[in-house]
Amino acid sequence: MKFLYNLGHYFYFLFKVFSKPEKLKVYYRQTFLEIEKLGVNSIYIVAIISVFMGAVITIQGALNATFPMFPKYLIGFATRDSLILEFSCTVVALILAGKVGSNISSEIGTMRVTEQIDALEIMGVNSASFLVMPKIIASMLFNPFLTIISVILGIIGGLVAGTLTGVITFSEFIYGIQRGFDSFYVTYSLVKTVVFAFIISSVSAYYGYYVSGGSLEVGQSSTKAVVYSSIAILFFNVVLTQLMLM
Amino acid sequence: MITASHISKIFNGHKVLNDINVSFKQGITNLVIGQSGSGKTVLLKCIVGLLDPDEGDIIYNNVNFTKLNFDQKKTIRQEIGMLFQGGALFDSYTVEENVLFPMNMFTEKTMEEKLERVNFCLKRVNIINVNHLYPSELSGGMKKRVAIARAIALNPNYLFCDEPNSGLDPLTSVLIDQLIKEITEEFNMTTIINTHDMNSVLEIGQKVIFIHDGVIEWEGSNKDVLESDNVKLNDFIFATSLAKRLKKNPCD
Repeated sequence: MKFLYNLGHYFYFLFKVFSKPEKLKVYYRQTFLEIEKLGVNSIYIVAIISVFMGAVITIQGALNATFPMFPKYLIGFATRDSLILEFSCTVVALILAGKVGSNISSEIGTMRVTEQIDALEIMGVNSASFLVMPKIIASMLFNPFLTIISVILGIIGGLVAGTLTGVITFSEFIYGIQRGFDSFYVTYSLVKTVVFAFIISSVSAYYGYYVSGGSLEVGQSSTKAVVYSSIAILFFNVVLTQLMLM
Repeated sequence: MITASHISKIFNGHKVLNDINVSFKQGITNLVIGQSGSGKTVLLKCIVGLLDPDEGDIIYNNVNFTKLNFDQKKTIRQEIGMLFQGGALFDSYTVEENVLFPMNMFTEKTMEEKLERVNFCLKRVNIINVNHLYPSELSGGMKKRVAIARAIALNPNYLFCDEPNSGLDPLTSVLIDQLIKEITEEFNMTTIINTHDMNSVLEIGQKVIFIHDGVIEWEGSNKDVLESDNVKLNDFIFATSLAKRLKKNPCD
Protein backbone atom coordinates (compact mmCIF):
# COMPACT_ATOMS: atom_id res chain seq x y z
CA MET A 1 0.00 0.00 0.00
CA LYS A 2 2.81 2.38 0.91
CA PHE A 3 4.43 1.71 -2.45
CA LEU A 4 1.21 2.63 -4.26
CA TYR A 5 0.81 5.75 -2.12
CA ASN A 6 4.37 6.85 -2.91
CA LEU A 7 3.90 6.10 -6.60
CA GLY A 8 0.72 8.21 -6.75
CA HIS A 9 2.36 10.96 -4.74
CA TYR A 10 5.36 10.87 -7.09
CA PHE A 11 3.12 11.37 -10.16
CA TYR A 12 1.30 14.21 -8.37
CA PHE A 13 4.71 15.75 -7.69
CA LEU A 14 5.65 15.41 -11.37
CA PHE A 15 2.41 17.16 -12.31
CA LYS A 16 3.43 20.08 -10.06
CA VAL A 17 6.96 20.06 -11.50
CA PHE A 18 5.79 20.28 -15.09
CA SER A 19 3.11 22.92 -14.58
CA LYS A 20 3.53 26.27 -16.31
CA PRO A 21 6.69 28.10 -15.18
CA GLU A 22 6.40 31.65 -13.79
CA LYS A 23 9.12 33.23 -15.87
CA LEU A 24 10.88 31.26 -18.60
CA LYS A 25 13.96 33.50 -18.59
CA VAL A 26 14.74 32.63 -14.98
CA TYR A 27 14.18 28.93 -15.70
CA TYR A 28 16.59 29.00 -18.68
CA ARG A 29 19.31 30.52 -16.53
CA GLN A 30 18.63 28.01 -13.78
CA THR A 31 18.84 25.13 -16.28
CA PHE A 32 22.31 26.23 -17.45
CA LEU A 33 23.47 26.49 -13.83
CA GLU A 34 22.21 22.96 -13.22
CA ILE A 35 23.97 21.68 -16.34
CA GLU A 36 27.20 22.93 -14.83
CA LYS A 37 26.45 21.65 -11.33
CA LEU A 38 25.00 18.25 -12.18
CA GLY A 39 26.58 17.52 -15.54
CA VAL A 40 29.89 19.28 -16.09
CA ASN A 41 30.98 18.63 -12.51
CA SER A 42 30.38 14.90 -13.06
CA ILE A 43 32.76 14.60 -16.03
CA TYR A 44 35.75 13.96 -13.78
CA ILE A 45 34.24 10.99 -11.90
CA VAL A 46 32.72 9.56 -15.09
CA ALA A 47 36.09 9.86 -16.86
CA ILE A 48 38.02 8.04 -14.12
CA ILE A 49 35.44 5.27 -13.81
CA SER A 50 35.20 4.79 -17.57
CA VAL A 51 38.95 4.49 -18.14
CA PHE A 52 39.29 1.83 -15.45
CA MET A 53 36.08 0.10 -16.51
CA GLY A 54 37.37 -0.18 -20.10
CA ALA A 55 40.73 -1.45 -18.85
CA VAL A 56 39.15 -4.15 -16.70
CA ILE A 57 36.74 -5.29 -19.44
CA THR A 58 39.68 -5.72 -21.83
CA ILE A 59 41.87 -7.63 -19.36
CA GLN A 60 38.99 -9.87 -18.24
CA GLY A 61 38.03 -10.43 -21.88
CA ALA A 62 41.58 -11.50 -22.62
CA LEU A 63 41.60 -13.91 -19.66
CA ASN A 64 38.52 -15.60 -21.07
CA ALA A 65 39.90 -15.74 -24.59
CA THR A 66 42.69 -18.25 -24.13
CA PHE A 67 41.44 -20.66 -26.82
CA PRO A 68 43.98 -20.42 -29.69
CA MET A 69 41.31 -20.25 -32.41
CA PHE A 70 39.66 -17.27 -30.72
CA PRO A 71 40.60 -14.13 -32.70
CA LYS A 72 42.23 -11.56 -30.45
CA TYR A 73 40.40 -8.65 -32.09
CA LEU A 74 37.19 -9.92 -30.45
CA ILE A 75 38.52 -8.53 -27.17
CA GLY A 76 38.28 -5.02 -28.63
CA PHE A 77 34.91 -5.87 -30.15
CA ALA A 78 33.58 -7.08 -26.76
CA THR A 79 34.98 -4.05 -24.95
CA ARG A 80 33.22 -1.67 -27.34
CA ASP A 81 29.87 -3.43 -27.20
CA SER A 82 29.95 -3.92 -23.42
CA LEU A 83 30.68 -0.25 -22.93
CA ILE A 84 28.01 0.97 -25.35
CA LEU A 85 25.28 -1.48 -24.38
CA GLU A 86 25.63 -1.57 -20.63
CA PHE A 87 28.57 -0.04 -18.83
CA SER A 88 28.57 3.54 -20.12
CA CYS A 89 24.81 3.98 -19.70
CA THR A 90 23.67 1.73 -16.87
CA VAL A 91 26.75 1.52 -14.65
CA VAL A 92 27.49 5.22 -15.09
CA ALA A 93 23.81 5.97 -14.31
CA LEU A 94 24.08 3.95 -11.09
CA ILE A 95 27.18 5.92 -10.13
CA LEU A 96 25.44 9.20 -10.97
CA ALA A 97 22.46 8.08 -8.88
CA GLY A 98 24.88 8.10 -5.96
CA LYS A 99 26.65 11.33 -6.80
CA VAL A 100 23.97 13.51 -8.41
CA GLY A 101 20.97 11.85 -6.72
CA SER A 102 22.23 12.39 -3.19
CA ASN A 103 23.25 15.95 -4.14
CA ILE A 104 19.76 16.79 -5.46
CA SER A 105 17.95 15.14 -2.56
CA SER A 106 20.06 16.72 0.17
CA GLU A 107 20.01 20.16 -1.47
CA ILE A 108 16.23 20.23 -1.81
CA GLY A 109 15.75 18.53 1.57
CA THR A 110 17.89 21.14 3.30
CA MET A 111 15.90 23.87 1.57
CA ARG A 112 12.73 22.26 2.91
CA VAL A 113 13.87 22.00 6.55
CA THR A 114 15.34 25.52 6.56
CA GLU A 115 12.03 26.92 5.22
CA GLN A 116 13.56 28.13 1.94
CA ILE A 117 10.86 26.22 0.03
CA ASP A 118 8.18 27.85 2.19
CA ALA A 119 9.76 31.21 1.35
CA LEU A 120 9.40 30.44 -2.38
CA GLU A 121 5.78 29.35 -1.95
CA ILE A 122 4.88 32.48 -0.02
CA MET A 123 6.37 34.64 -2.76
CA GLY A 124 3.97 32.90 -5.17
CA VAL A 125 6.62 30.78 -6.87
CA ASN A 126 5.76 27.16 -7.77
CA SER A 127 8.68 25.77 -5.77
CA ALA A 128 8.48 22.23 -7.19
CA SER A 129 8.69 23.53 -10.73
CA PHE A 130 11.34 26.17 -10.03
CA LEU A 131 13.64 23.82 -8.13
CA VAL A 132 13.13 20.54 -9.94
CA MET A 133 12.29 21.16 -13.58
CA PRO A 134 15.70 22.74 -14.40
CA LYS A 135 17.45 19.80 -12.74
CA ILE A 136 15.48 17.22 -14.75
CA ILE A 137 15.99 19.07 -18.03
CA ALA A 138 19.69 19.65 -17.31
CA SER A 139 20.24 15.97 -16.54
CA MET A 140 18.34 14.78 -19.59
CA LEU A 141 20.26 17.17 -21.85
CA PHE A 142 23.74 16.58 -20.49
CA ASN A 143 23.84 12.91 -19.44
CA PRO A 144 23.97 11.67 -23.07
CA PHE A 145 27.25 13.61 -23.42
CA LEU A 146 28.52 11.86 -20.30
CA THR A 147 27.65 8.51 -21.88
CA ILE A 148 29.51 9.39 -25.09
CA ILE A 149 32.52 10.57 -23.08
CA SER A 150 32.35 7.36 -21.06
CA VAL A 151 32.32 5.14 -24.18
CA ILE A 152 35.29 6.99 -25.72
CA LEU A 153 37.36 6.99 -22.54
CA GLY A 154 36.43 3.38 -21.77
CA ILE A 155 37.69 2.29 -25.17
CA ILE A 156 40.89 4.29 -24.68
CA GLY A 157 41.31 2.71 -21.22
CA GLY A 158 40.84 -0.74 -22.74
CA LEU A 159 43.29 -0.02 -25.53
CA VAL A 160 45.98 1.27 -23.15
CA ALA A 161 45.50 -1.57 -20.66
CA GLY A 162 45.37 -4.20 -23.41
CA THR A 163 48.53 -3.06 -25.18
CA LEU A 164 50.50 -2.33 -21.98
CA THR A 165 49.76 -5.75 -20.52
CA GLY A 166 50.40 -7.39 -23.89
CA VAL A 167 47.08 -9.25 -24.07
CA ILE A 168 46.24 -7.63 -27.42
CA THR A 169 48.11 -5.56 -29.97
CA PHE A 170 47.18 -2.01 -30.88
CA SER A 171 46.10 -2.95 -34.41
CA GLU A 172 44.05 -5.96 -33.25
CA PHE A 173 42.16 -3.78 -30.74
CA ILE A 174 41.48 -1.04 -33.33
CA TYR A 175 40.29 -3.68 -35.81
CA GLY A 176 38.03 -5.15 -33.09
CA ILE A 177 36.34 -1.90 -32.21
CA GLN A 178 35.63 -1.21 -35.91
CA ARG A 179 34.27 -4.67 -36.65
CA GLY A 180 30.50 -5.30 -36.84
CA PHE A 181 29.50 -1.90 -35.54
CA ASP A 182 25.74 -1.43 -35.20
CA SER A 183 24.82 2.24 -34.84
CA PHE A 184 21.46 1.29 -33.28
CA TYR A 185 23.36 0.24 -30.16
CA VAL A 186 24.35 3.88 -29.68
CA THR A 187 20.73 4.98 -30.04
CA TYR A 188 19.69 2.31 -27.53
CA SER A 189 22.39 3.46 -25.11
CA LEU A 190 21.43 7.14 -25.40
CA VAL A 191 17.71 6.40 -24.98
CA LYS A 192 18.52 4.48 -21.80
CA THR A 193 20.71 7.35 -20.59
CA VAL A 194 17.92 9.91 -21.06
CA VAL A 195 15.40 7.70 -19.22
CA PHE A 196 17.86 7.06 -16.40
CA ALA A 197 18.65 10.79 -16.15
CA PHE A 198 14.93 11.48 -15.70
CA ILE A 199 14.67 8.78 -13.03
CA ILE A 200 17.73 9.97 -11.08
CA SER A 201 16.73 13.63 -11.01
CA SER A 202 13.00 13.21 -10.43
CA VAL A 203 13.12 10.41 -7.83
CA SER A 204 15.87 12.17 -5.86
CA ALA A 205 14.04 15.49 -6.02
CA TYR A 206 10.84 13.79 -4.85
CA TYR A 207 12.51 12.39 -1.73
CA GLY A 208 14.17 15.72 -0.98
CA TYR A 209 11.06 17.81 -1.58
CA TYR A 210 8.84 15.90 0.83
CA VAL A 211 11.33 15.54 3.66
CA SER A 212 10.17 16.73 7.07
CA GLY A 213 12.14 17.09 10.27
CA GLY A 214 15.81 18.01 10.47
CA SER A 215 19.27 17.03 9.30
CA LEU A 216 18.76 13.37 10.25
CA GLU A 217 15.73 13.11 7.97
CA VAL A 218 17.60 14.90 5.16
CA GLY A 219 20.30 12.22 5.38
CA GLN A 220 17.69 9.46 5.37
CA SER A 221 15.91 10.96 2.36
CA SER A 222 19.23 11.15 0.55
CA THR A 223 19.83 7.45 1.17
CA LYS A 224 16.28 6.59 0.03
CA ALA A 225 16.77 8.69 -3.10
CA VAL A 226 19.90 6.74 -4.08
CA VAL A 227 18.40 3.33 -3.26
CA TYR A 228 15.06 3.85 -5.04
CA SER A 229 16.51 5.56 -8.09
CA SER A 230 19.05 2.70 -8.42
CA ILE A 231 16.26 0.11 -8.21
CA ALA A 232 14.20 2.06 -10.76
CA ILE A 233 17.23 2.24 -13.09
CA LEU A 234 17.76 -1.53 -12.90
CA PHE A 235 14.05 -2.17 -13.51
CA PHE A 236 13.83 0.16 -16.51
CA ASN A 237 17.09 -1.26 -17.84
CA VAL A 238 15.34 -4.62 -18.23
CA VAL A 239 12.19 -3.02 -19.67
CA LEU A 240 14.06 -0.93 -22.25
CA THR A 241 16.33 -3.81 -23.23
CA GLN A 242 13.29 -6.00 -23.82
CA LEU A 243 11.53 -3.25 -25.77
CA MET A 244 14.45 -2.09 -27.90
CA LEU A 245 16.69 -5.07 -28.46
CA MET A 246 14.36 -8.05 -28.56
CA MET B 1 -6.42 44.52 6.87
CA ILE B 2 -6.44 40.74 7.38
CA THR B 3 -9.28 38.90 9.08
CA ALA B 4 -9.21 35.33 10.33
CA SER B 5 -12.76 34.11 10.74
CA HIS B 6 -13.63 30.91 12.67
CA ILE B 7 -10.29 29.26 11.88
CA SER B 8 -9.81 25.71 13.12
CA LYS B 9 -6.99 23.31 12.34
CA ILE B 10 -6.67 19.71 13.44
CA PHE B 11 -3.48 17.58 13.38
CA ASN B 12 -3.83 13.85 14.13
CA GLY B 13 -7.10 14.36 16.00
CA HIS B 14 -5.68 17.22 18.09
CA LYS B 15 -7.31 20.61 17.59
CA VAL B 16 -4.34 22.98 17.31
CA LEU B 17 -6.50 26.01 16.43
CA ASN B 18 -10.02 26.24 17.76
CA ASP B 19 -12.43 28.79 16.27
CA ILE B 20 -9.98 31.69 15.96
CA ASN B 21 -11.59 35.05 15.17
CA VAL B 22 -9.24 37.98 14.87
CA SER B 23 -8.52 41.06 12.75
CA PHE B 24 -5.09 42.50 12.04
CA LYS B 25 -5.05 46.21 11.30
CA GLN B 26 -3.02 48.04 8.65
CA GLY B 27 -0.14 50.33 9.57
CA ILE B 28 0.48 48.89 13.02
CA THR B 29 2.45 45.96 14.39
CA ASN B 30 0.13 43.10 15.35
CA LEU B 31 1.81 40.67 17.70
CA VAL B 32 0.65 37.10 18.30
CA ILE B 33 2.07 35.77 21.54
CA GLY B 34 1.81 32.48 23.36
CA GLN B 35 3.82 29.56 24.66
CA SER B 36 5.64 27.21 22.33
CA GLY B 37 3.06 24.80 20.90
CA SER B 38 0.14 27.14 21.51
CA GLY B 39 -0.67 27.37 17.78
CA LYS B 40 0.95 30.69 16.80
CA THR B 41 2.97 29.32 13.89
CA VAL B 42 0.06 27.19 12.64
CA LEU B 43 -2.14 30.30 12.64
CA LEU B 44 0.50 32.25 10.73
CA LYS B 45 0.93 29.40 8.22
CA CYS B 46 -2.86 29.26 7.72
CA ILE B 47 -2.94 33.02 7.12
CA VAL B 48 -0.16 32.96 4.51
CA GLY B 49 -1.59 29.83 2.87
CA LEU B 50 1.19 27.36 3.70
CA LEU B 51 -1.48 25.33 5.53
CA ASP B 52 -5.15 25.07 4.66
CA PRO B 53 -7.43 25.59 7.65
CA ASP B 54 -9.94 22.78 8.26
CA GLU B 55 -12.64 25.36 8.96
CA GLY B 56 -12.99 29.11 8.55
CA ASP B 57 -11.82 31.81 6.18
CA ILE B 58 -8.84 34.13 5.80
CA ILE B 59 -9.81 37.45 4.30
CA TYR B 60 -7.28 39.88 2.81
CA ASN B 61 -8.97 43.27 2.29
CA ASN B 62 -12.37 41.73 1.44
CA VAL B 63 -10.87 38.91 -0.69
CA ASN B 64 -11.46 35.43 0.71
CA PHE B 65 -7.97 33.93 0.40
CA THR B 66 -9.04 30.40 1.41
CA LYS B 67 -11.46 30.14 -1.51
CA LEU B 68 -8.87 31.06 -4.16
CA ASN B 69 -7.01 28.52 -6.31
CA PHE B 70 -3.20 28.39 -6.58
CA ASP B 71 -2.98 30.87 -9.48
CA GLN B 72 -5.42 33.33 -7.87
CA LYS B 73 -3.51 33.12 -4.60
CA LYS B 74 -0.34 34.10 -6.47
CA THR B 75 -1.61 37.67 -6.89
CA ILE B 76 -2.03 38.11 -3.15
CA ARG B 77 1.18 36.23 -2.38
CA GLN B 78 3.14 38.75 -4.43
CA GLU B 79 1.93 41.36 -1.94
CA ILE B 80 3.25 39.32 0.97
CA GLY B 81 6.69 39.55 2.53
CA MET B 82 7.71 37.04 5.14
CA LEU B 83 10.53 36.90 7.62
CA PHE B 84 11.16 33.34 8.77
CA GLN B 85 12.63 32.26 12.08
CA GLY B 86 15.96 31.29 10.51
CA GLY B 87 15.83 33.91 7.77
CA ALA B 88 15.27 31.29 5.03
CA LEU B 89 17.72 33.03 2.71
CA PHE B 90 18.66 31.01 -0.36
CA ASP B 91 22.06 29.49 0.48
CA SER B 92 23.32 29.34 -3.08
CA TYR B 93 22.57 33.02 -3.77
CA THR B 94 24.47 36.06 -2.59
CA VAL B 95 22.79 38.76 -0.52
CA GLU B 96 22.18 40.80 -3.68
CA GLU B 97 20.73 37.80 -5.55
CA ASN B 98 18.48 36.98 -2.60
CA VAL B 99 16.94 40.45 -2.62
CA LEU B 100 16.83 40.48 -6.43
CA PHE B 101 15.01 37.15 -6.56
CA PRO B 102 11.38 38.31 -6.10
CA MET B 103 11.98 41.13 -8.60
CA ASN B 104 13.49 38.74 -11.15
CA MET B 105 10.46 36.48 -10.80
CA PHE B 106 7.67 39.02 -10.82
CA THR B 107 8.77 42.30 -12.39
CA GLU B 108 9.86 43.44 -15.81
CA LYS B 109 12.24 46.12 -14.50
CA THR B 110 15.67 46.60 -16.03
CA MET B 111 18.68 45.27 -14.15
CA GLU B 112 19.69 48.83 -13.25
CA GLU B 113 16.30 49.54 -11.70
CA LYS B 114 16.33 46.26 -9.84
CA LEU B 115 19.82 46.87 -8.44
CA GLU B 116 18.78 50.34 -7.38
CA ARG B 117 15.86 48.82 -5.47
CA VAL B 118 18.15 46.16 -3.94
CA ASN B 119 20.52 48.81 -2.67
CA PHE B 120 17.61 50.88 -1.35
CA CYS B 121 16.19 47.89 0.56
CA LEU B 122 19.58 46.90 1.97
CA LYS B 123 20.29 50.48 3.00
CA ARG B 124 16.85 50.68 4.60
CA VAL B 125 17.69 47.74 6.86
CA ASN B 126 21.10 49.26 7.61
CA ILE B 127 23.15 46.72 5.67
CA ILE B 128 25.79 47.99 3.30
CA ASN B 129 28.75 46.50 1.45
CA VAL B 130 27.58 42.91 1.82
CA ASN B 131 25.96 42.56 -1.61
CA HIS B 132 28.33 39.85 -2.75
CA LEU B 133 28.50 37.83 0.46
CA TYR B 134 26.69 34.50 0.86
CA PRO B 135 24.26 33.89 3.75
CA SER B 136 26.77 31.54 5.40
CA GLU B 137 29.15 34.50 5.72
CA LEU B 138 26.63 36.64 7.66
CA SER B 139 25.82 36.86 11.37
CA GLY B 140 22.33 35.95 12.66
CA GLY B 141 21.26 39.59 12.91
CA MET B 142 22.53 40.38 9.42
CA LYS B 143 20.66 37.40 7.99
CA LYS B 144 17.44 38.68 9.57
CA ARG B 145 18.05 42.14 8.08
CA VAL B 146 18.70 40.72 4.63
CA ALA B 147 15.54 38.61 4.98
CA ILE B 148 13.60 41.79 5.82
CA ALA B 149 15.17 43.51 2.80
CA ARG B 150 14.04 40.60 0.59
CA ALA B 151 10.58 40.70 2.17
CA ILE B 152 10.10 44.39 1.33
CA ALA B 153 11.69 44.22 -2.14
CA LEU B 154 8.32 44.14 -3.92
CA ASN B 155 6.75 46.81 -1.69
CA PRO B 156 4.42 44.34 0.01
CA ASN B 157 1.13 45.24 1.65
CA TYR B 158 1.49 42.48 4.21
CA LEU B 159 4.51 41.53 6.31
CA PHE B 160 4.67 38.36 8.39
CA CYS B 161 7.41 37.64 10.89
CA ASP B 162 7.82 34.30 12.63
CA GLU B 163 9.89 34.68 15.79
CA PRO B 164 12.06 37.48 14.36
CA ASN B 165 14.20 37.62 17.50
CA SER B 166 14.97 33.97 17.98
CA GLY B 167 18.68 33.36 18.34
CA LEU B 168 19.56 37.06 18.55
CA ASP B 169 21.21 38.95 21.38
CA PRO B 170 18.99 41.45 23.28
CA LEU B 171 20.45 44.53 21.59
CA THR B 172 20.07 43.14 18.06
CA SER B 173 16.54 41.98 18.98
CA VAL B 174 15.55 45.53 19.89
CA LEU B 175 17.06 46.86 16.66
CA ILE B 176 15.18 44.27 14.55
CA ASP B 177 11.93 45.07 16.41
CA GLN B 178 12.36 48.78 15.83
CA LEU B 179 13.17 48.18 12.18
CA ILE B 180 10.01 46.12 11.66
CA LYS B 181 7.91 48.79 13.38
CA GLU B 182 9.46 51.62 11.34
CA ILE B 183 8.99 49.74 8.06
CA THR B 184 5.38 48.90 8.95
CA GLU B 185 4.55 52.56 9.58
CA GLU B 186 6.61 53.86 6.67
CA PHE B 187 5.03 51.56 4.06
CA ASN B 188 1.63 51.33 5.82
CA MET B 189 1.73 47.53 5.83
CA THR B 190 -0.36 45.02 7.73
CA THR B 191 2.27 43.37 9.88
CA ILE B 192 1.79 40.22 11.94
CA ILE B 193 4.59 39.10 14.23
CA ASN B 194 4.72 35.78 16.08
CA THR B 195 6.80 36.01 19.19
CA HIS B 196 7.20 34.93 22.78
CA ASP B 197 9.70 37.66 23.51
CA MET B 198 8.20 39.99 26.14
CA ASN B 199 10.64 42.76 25.20
CA SER B 200 9.12 42.83 21.72
CA VAL B 201 5.61 42.88 23.17
CA LEU B 202 6.38 45.88 25.34
CA GLU B 203 8.43 47.69 22.68
CA ILE B 204 6.33 47.31 19.55
CA GLY B 205 3.09 45.53 20.49
CA GLN B 206 0.60 48.04 19.14
CA LYS B 207 -1.91 45.21 19.07
CA VAL B 208 -1.28 42.03 21.05
CA ILE B 209 -3.16 38.74 20.72
CA PHE B 210 -2.50 36.02 23.27
CA ILE B 211 -3.13 32.42 22.14
CA HIS B 212 -3.32 29.55 24.60
CA ASP B 213 -4.01 25.95 23.51
CA GLY B 214 -5.28 27.11 20.12
CA VAL B 215 -7.76 29.62 21.54
CA ILE B 216 -7.49 33.41 21.69
CA GLU B 217 -7.42 34.15 25.40
CA TRP B 218 -6.74 37.87 25.38
CA GLU B 219 -6.46 40.86 23.04
CA GLY B 220 -5.11 44.29 23.82
CA SER B 221 -2.02 46.44 23.44
CA ASN B 222 1.41 46.70 25.04
CA LYS B 223 0.01 49.41 27.30
CA ASP B 224 -2.42 47.11 29.07
CA VAL B 225 -0.69 43.73 28.76
CA LEU B 226 1.02 44.05 32.16
CA GLU B 227 -2.17 45.13 33.90
CA SER B 228 -4.41 42.36 32.62
CA ASP B 229 -6.15 40.12 35.13
CA ASN B 230 -6.21 37.17 32.72
CA VAL B 231 -4.65 34.34 34.69
CA LYS B 232 -3.27 32.46 31.67
CA LEU B 233 -1.73 35.63 30.24
CA ASN B 234 -0.15 36.45 33.57
CA ASP B 235 1.09 32.88 33.81
CA PHE B 236 2.74 33.32 30.41
CA ILE B 237 4.20 36.78 31.07
CA PHE B 238 5.36 36.32 34.63
CA ALA B 239 5.77 32.53 34.57
CA THR B 240 3.66 32.47 37.76
CA SER B 241 3.05 28.73 37.71
CA LEU B 242 6.79 28.14 37.52
CA ALA B 243 7.37 30.66 40.33
CA LYS B 244 4.79 28.90 42.51
CA ARG B 245 6.35 25.52 41.85
CA LEU B 246 9.83 26.81 42.62
CA LYS B 247 8.52 28.33 45.84
CA LYS B 248 7.07 24.96 46.86
CA ASN B 249 10.08 22.94 45.82
CA PRO B 250 13.26 24.98 45.23
CA CYS B 251 15.10 21.87 43.98
CA ASP B 252 12.99 22.01 40.77
